[in-house]
Amino acid sequence: MRIENHPILNFERGEKVTFFYNGKEIEGYTNETIVDALHAAGIRKLGTSPELHRPRGLFCAIGNCSSCFMTVDGQANMRVCVIKCREGMKVEEQHGRGVVRYD
Amino acid sequence: MIKEIEILIIGAGPAGLSAALSASSLGAKVLLCERDELPGGQLVKQTHKFFGSEKQHAGTRGFHIGKMLLDSANSDPNIEIWTDTTVLGIYPDGVITCEHDGRHCKIKPQRTIIATGAAEKFLTFPGNDLPGIYGAGAVQTLMNVGGIKPAERVLMVGAGNIGLIVSYQLKQADVEVAAVIEATPRIGGYLVHASKIRRAGIPIKTCYTILEAYGTDKLEGAKIAKIDANWQPIAGTEEDVKCDVICLAVGLTPLSELCWQAGCKMAFVRELSGHVPYVDSNLETSVPGLYCAGDVGGIEEASAAMVEGRLAGFSAAGSLGYGEGTAAAKQEEARAELTALRSGPMGEKIRLGQQKVAEMGSVK
Repeated sequence: MRIENHPILNFERGEKVTFFYNGKEIEGYTNETIVDALHAAGIRKLGTSPELHRPRGLFCAIGNCSSCFMTVDGQANMRVCVIKCREGMKVEEQHGRGVVRYD
Repeated sequence: MIKEIEILIIGAGPAGLSAALSASSLGAKVLLCERDELPGGQLVKQTHKFFGSEKQHAGTRGFHIGKMLLDSANSDPNIEIWTDTTVLGIYPDGVITCEHDGRHCKIKPQRTIIATGAAEKFLTFPGNDLPGIYGAGAVQTLMNVGGIKPAERVLMVGAGNIGLIVSYQLKQADVEVAAVIEATPRIGGYLVHASKIRRAGIPIKTCYTILEAYGTDKLEGAKIAKIDANWQPIAGTEEDVKCDVICLAVGLTPLSELCWQAGCKMAFVRELSGHVPYVDSNLETSVPGLYCAGDVGGIEEASAAMVEGRLAGFSAAGSLGYGEGTAAAKQEEARAELTALRSGPMGEKIRLGQQKVAEMGSVK
């Protein structure tokens, strides 16, 4: 859910965009991070841990830890807490360590 | 290509921005590298009004202070800011490498100020990796920067200033706070913050710990219990708290990796919450020309980080010959301000930590 009325802050969310989360359409805004938009849609689980396959979510929200790694447009290990929403981007839950492309 | 600069500042939070402004005010040319796309550090998410004196912007909300500092830096021709830039390495020949705009870059500064800040501490308990267990900073980022309601019902862990302030901010965002639990027998934060959240109807439970978190695929609740003087749970005091977010406000620890890399003399100082570099009264480390300012040298309030930044900026610029005749007085003024900020009972821990840092100076 997004905060509509705040006693101190006004939020400039930018333009509305649609992107894909595991193939499903999600609405976001250009000034929001991927995590913001997923959270607003009620999505907390972002992937699973490489060894025990336990669900993984956000922790630091400033790109410092690696808890929110997801695959974005085919690139693995992206810190979705610091990546802004873009029209048509494909965001997928990451299972395991992910494969890094060197192209 | 190597980018040459007089002073490189790593981190554009309250300490780094203040350092840039003070160094530039003496005439030095500064490059400020910031990992995030928006400078300001943690100030950008702080909606509460600051304490201290007028010089530290008391009475002004944190995010307004961040914007003031950033506007000044942006309009300063001596200051260049690189955002989306992560500093990666400090090499013995003085070259510093970073990732900037997706490229690998090299910088050769004459002086460097490390102002990388801190990272949040974590807590050990079963189920602590479930989605929905967030650092207090993350909750503030989601809520105050992203404008997202971070939860329906939160269990706050830690009754220091951050735990208390974020609980109040959650209330402002229309989120229910089930309770604030604190393992020690006393509330660590300021009484004014504690009173505010108690008036808002949020219970503060001291001598309480979290036994476990549960849920499938995301957090659904937590078991908490009272603990005795030996920090052991007391049988029969267990309580079940339904919540979709557990907010961990259990302290910060200095992000001092770059100090290690640069070969600074380091020590673990409990009062400063982690491994910190030795610094002298100019905030210069044991590596000549390398300075530290803000939380990287020990966890404190943002007000102190700003004054430390100012001191490090004057010191670095002064050592390059800028502000001849005035730099020393400005450094002295900043030092006096720090002493005033750290006086009184709330500054006791910091004073003890600083004393330990000073003692490191005599250790080989």
